[in-house]
Amino acid sequence: MAFVQNFPFISILLSLFAGPISSVLDGKWAKRLNLFVITVIGAMSAAVLAFVIGTGQEYIFTMGHFPAPWGNEIRVGILEAAMAVFFCVIMFLCVIGGVLEREAEIEETKQNLYYIMVNLLLCSLLALIYTNDLFTAYVFVEINTISACGLIMIRQTGRTFEAATRYMIMSLLGSGLLLLGICFLYSLTGHLLMSNIKEQAAVLQASGQYHIPLLVAICLMSVGIAIKSALYPFHTWLPDAYGYSTLSSAAILSSLVSKGYIFLLVKIFYRVIGFDIIRESKVINILFVFGVAGMIMGSVNAIRENDINRMIAYSSVAQIGYIYMGFGLGTTAGMIASIYHIVSHAATKSLLFVAASGITDASGKSRDFFDLTGAGYRNKLAGAAFTVGSLSMVGFPMFSGFISKLLFAQAAMGNKHKVMITMIALAISVILNAVYFMKTVIRIYTPEKREVIMDKGFEEINAWEQPAKSTALICFIALNLFLGLLSEPVIGLIQHGLEMFD
Amino acid sequence: MDFANFLCNYEEAVSMILFGIGFCNLLMQKNLIKKIVGMNIMDTSVYLFLALKGYIAGRRAPIVTDGIQSVEAYINPIPSGLVLTGIVVSVSVTALMLALTIRLYNRYHTLDLDEISTLLKKEGL
Repeated sequence: MAFVQNFPFISILLSLFAGPISSVLDGKWAKRLNLFVITVIGAMSAAVLAFVIGTGQEYIFTMGHFPAPWGNEIRVGILEAAMAVFFCVIMFLCVIGGVLEREAEIEETKQNLYYIMVNLLLCSLLALIYTNDLFTAYVFVEINTISACGLIMIRQTGRTFEAATRYMIMSLLGSGLLLLGICFLYSLTGHLLMSNIKEQAAVLQASGQYHIPLLVAICLMSVGIAIKSALYPFHTWLPDAYGYSTLSSAAILSSLVSKGYIFLLVKIFYRVIGFDIIRESKVINILFVFGVAGMIMGSVNAIRENDINRMIAYSSVAQIGYIYMGFGLGTTAGMIASIYHIVSHAATKSLLFVAASGITDASGKSRDFFDLTGAGYRNKLAGAAFTVGSLSMVGFPMFSGFISKLLFAQAAMGNKHKVMITMIALAISVILNAVYFMKTVIRIYTPEKREVIMDKGFEEINAWEQPAKSTALICFIALNLFLGLLSEPVIGLIQHGLEMFD
Repeated sequence: MDFANFLCNYEEAVSMILFGIGFCNLLMQKNLIKKIVGMNIMDTSVYLFLALKGYIAGRRAPIVTDGIQSVEAYINPIPSGLVLTGIVVSVSVTALMLALTIRLYNRYHTLDLDEISTLLKKEGL
């Protein structure tokens, strides 16, 4: 066994221990430790990715050296390693992008607590990505929820407490359903390891036994994760939670937390139940319907919103709808499109949040739509970054959003019954996206009268004065352009990784 | 559906009914404390379900006593382990929810979540 193969386990443990260590450090050192840990884990995951691509096959890491049906396992394939690298990059950029807001909005003595949450969140995300055991996945889902709740309420205002409470309530409903689904599956198959459950599920399907309980288990798990990742009718907690928490939290929550759950759902579909059984069960049709509804309704809500952060948050609802619509197509191409959209949305949405904070800073911290007039001239880098993010969301060629919409459209061709609905929904959703994003871009590039700027006391912000945020913005823009212009290797990686899932 | 099947598995039926009660309470109650109680009922019902699935009639707890090593003498220990893990999770989540409730109550002097939302809108933050 090569030493590299230990890295996934080491990276989970490293982030897990960095959390408690942060609690005894002061804010500054906790931040340094956190950034160091994220960098090290990113590098280790990249090494694992290189190793897995080199050998061309996945490997199983047994915890405590107990063999398959008894012990707990980590499974590493290309998709898992690639996701881990990507999550580390996004998390690093989110943490450095929001440094100024965090220091202003969080009490001095509580700075280090923030990094406990970030470390634990990274740990749970890595565990969700790598684990091969369903119950371990449930435990880390709960850790993920708790640390996400901490990220929301660390900025102590009434709004964030209310948002955190609503988030917890919806999340707990979701994890209750997920837990029940896992228990059903355990009582049906007698296993908790994903690969063993899959074998038994195939046997059950072939013999026709316990057809309804299996269906119920699939439904419970899908709905549970759909609630937790804010699929359309369950999104009510989302705008408050993203809109009022501190900048890094909003960026991390929108780009990583919900994506971790969705990745777990992909694993459940492919590695626990088997995609053929899922397709036959028709559960994906329900996900498809709600995904399409989310695409439209999320955008409609975003158009009605005047607060820029809440607008971006509602746009997340629409994008989550895209991902579930891709699942609902029931083809491998649809799944690849969805996973690509996970990546593209994570890169774009965190860019938009960071850029929006730059724009509001140049407008006297006001988030009101009309105060943003001309903000693109007062903070040039943030204005440019927001434009890039908006174009990507709308699906302008060259940016990542275009590729994911193209993939969705191509995938829809593979499903005769859903092609019309998908195409119409895509078209409507793109127009709606364009309405509210382009409206904002035009607003920030409409020159404001000099007297009004003087009157309201808006300041110009120079990119050189905020090196951390500017670096994050430039990296996000580069990431978006990379995903948009050089999408072939990324899609190839996802395709290869999905093949390994079977 | 056989009604007879339903009757012999009445324990499972009870646990599912409890799950429904807990779920609806968590979703629909306005009072935060009642929501938390509902959440605990929901979690506990899942543990009841798991414990039932692990129990095998006539066998004893999986602790080796009197030197009996045979597997046939004991119940399935894994669901018990899952229940223990689940209890730890639900205790920590309950603690977090209660802490949040205290913060909200100290600020707004009410436990009604909708009323808190109305107060927040009045604050206009």
